[in-house]
Amino acid sequence: MQIGIFTVGDVTPDPVNGTTVTEHERIKNTVEIAKKADDIGLDVFATGEHHNPPFVPSSPTTTLAYIGAQTKNLILSTSTTLITTNDPVKIAEDYATLQHLVDGRMDLMLGRGNTAPVYPWFGKDITKAVELTIENYQLLRKLWDEPVVNWEGKFRTPLQNFTATPAPLDGVAPFVWHGSIRTPEVAELAAYYGDGYFANNIFWPKEHYIRLINFYRQRYAHYGHGTAEQAIVGLGGQFFMRKNSQDAVNEFRPYFDVAPVYGHGPSLEDFTSQTPLTVGSPQQVLERTLEFADFFGDYQRQLFLVDHAGLPLKTVLEQLDLLGEILPTMREEFTKRRPAGVPDAPTHAARVAARDVAATEQEVTR
Amino acid sequence: MTTRIVVISAGLGEPSTTRMLADKIAASASEALGDAQLEIVTLRDLAHEITDASLTGFAAPRLQHVYDQVTAADALIVTVPIFKVAYPGLFKSFVDAMDSDAIIGKPVLLAATGGTARHSLAIESSLRPLFAYLQAFVVPTGVFASPHDWGSSGENALQRRIDRATGELASVLRGGGTGRSRDEDIDLFSDTMLSISNPDLR
Repeated sequence: MQIGIFTVGDVTPDPVNGTTVTEHERIKNTVEIAKKADDIGLDVFATGEHHNPPFVPSSPTTTLAYIGAQTKNLILSTSTTLITTNDPVKIAEDYATLQHLVDGRMDLMLGRGNTAPVYPWFGKDITKAVELTIENYQLLRKLWDEPVVNWEGKFRTPLQNFTATPAPLDGVAPFVWHGSIRTPEVAELAAYYGDGYFANNIFWPKEHYIRLINFYRQRYAHYGHGTAEQAIVGLGGQFFMRKNSQDAVNEFRPYFDVAPVYGHGPSLEDFTSQTPLTVGSPQQVLERTLEFADFFGDYQRQLFLVDHAGLPLKTVLEQLDLLGEILPTMREEFTKRRPAGVPDAPTHAARVAARDVAATEQEVTR
Repeated sequence: MTTRIVVISAGLGEPSTTRMLADKIAASASEALGDAQLEIVTLRDLAHEITDASLTGFAAPRLQHVYDQVTAADALIVTVPIFKVAYPGLFKSFVDAMDSDAIIGKPVLLAATGGTARHSLAIESSLRPLFAYLQAFVVPTGVFASPHDWGSSGENALQRRIDRATGELASVLRGGGTGRSRDEDIDLFSDTMLSISNPDLR
């Protein structure tokens, strides 16, 4: 089980002290948060990709490489990399470069992006978002899996005798997750290629995510990658905790009440009972998180949102300290309940080893 | 028993995009219904009679014949162009001169063409209220065709919408309601879905 955090990278005014961090501070704070994640033993740090204010992370591989140079074990990932508006050739090259720099300690999560104005800024049409996702990903796969690519599609100039450089580290492409909460085609794409599937599991009732996760699991089995239970599933989650649960509620409420997305809407009490958000003690967060596996099946990656809505850096780092305290138990409990046949989360080393085993078997067969 | 359907095309141009849409819907309805007899009526050809009827208060024989056909039909397919927010005056005059109880309870499929996709809700905002007043039974899917829909990339979407609407009309005529409900199943066989495992279908 990989446990980590994911950030949207929003610059939101702190409603308690009235200040707003600068873009420079937000970017530097993001690095501090990632370093802290590494310190407390989290497995994953993922950053979003956005090209419009109030968000700062427009260049994920730059940020991730910088973090990679200052961390030891943390797997660097995205939440999400825009497969629609980025050129798949540039994705192949940027992320392969990152993979080399951090010695394989990375993967990426692809997403469509649902901000309509962004598409035309990059010369794309949002009404073609699903088609772009499919075509761009099919090209990305070829660029990483085939040394020389001849390719022609609808949305990009053709490629003749093209080789993406650098080739993936050890000849094994970065692992790909596909993030989606309502597009069956994305779940199908993940299933067809045997990739991971991620549901953000924040802001909405968890029931909302079950349909596509189950669909992905069934299709993963259909395409022969394993049983439905063996499919690679990732989930989001959100918490705010203090030792004393009432302290957590009191401290988080002013942030909750005016937060982007759900602020000025339901009460904190209604929202925590209806969505995966937990505001309370570390024990409550632990118990609620473990319940995800009862509902969605045993899964491979859990990412928490901890740094949005204008929470100050100091508070975010304290949240991570508290997460660090329950982390060993959380990991142990997830591992304990996982049936033998359900695989662990993918890492570069494991994927290289699997590739080598498969190659040896083929040699023996021959 | 053969189902009789009157298809009204209120397009004023010659040739007419509205008539093209009427023909496409008629072909789809014919397929959906199997044994159906479709009569296409072009209002442009009746322009003088319609104006005369507006002034005299009665329909000349050729126009009266059309009203009789409409009244006797098992269902109507109504196709109009959208000009300046709504259907053209000629179409409204045609309806104004018709008996107000002529199509009570009659299944109707509504369709429209427009010069831009920004008219997309014109069926809902102008045609549906008119047919609600006439107490017709309008099927849920309205077929709006913008210039984009006639392009090669939009053709399938328009055809799908047409087939959905004529499917509803056929189901209503067979006594099966609209034959539609919330679709919980994921369509594994859409063009987009199939292109994932077979890139040649992109």
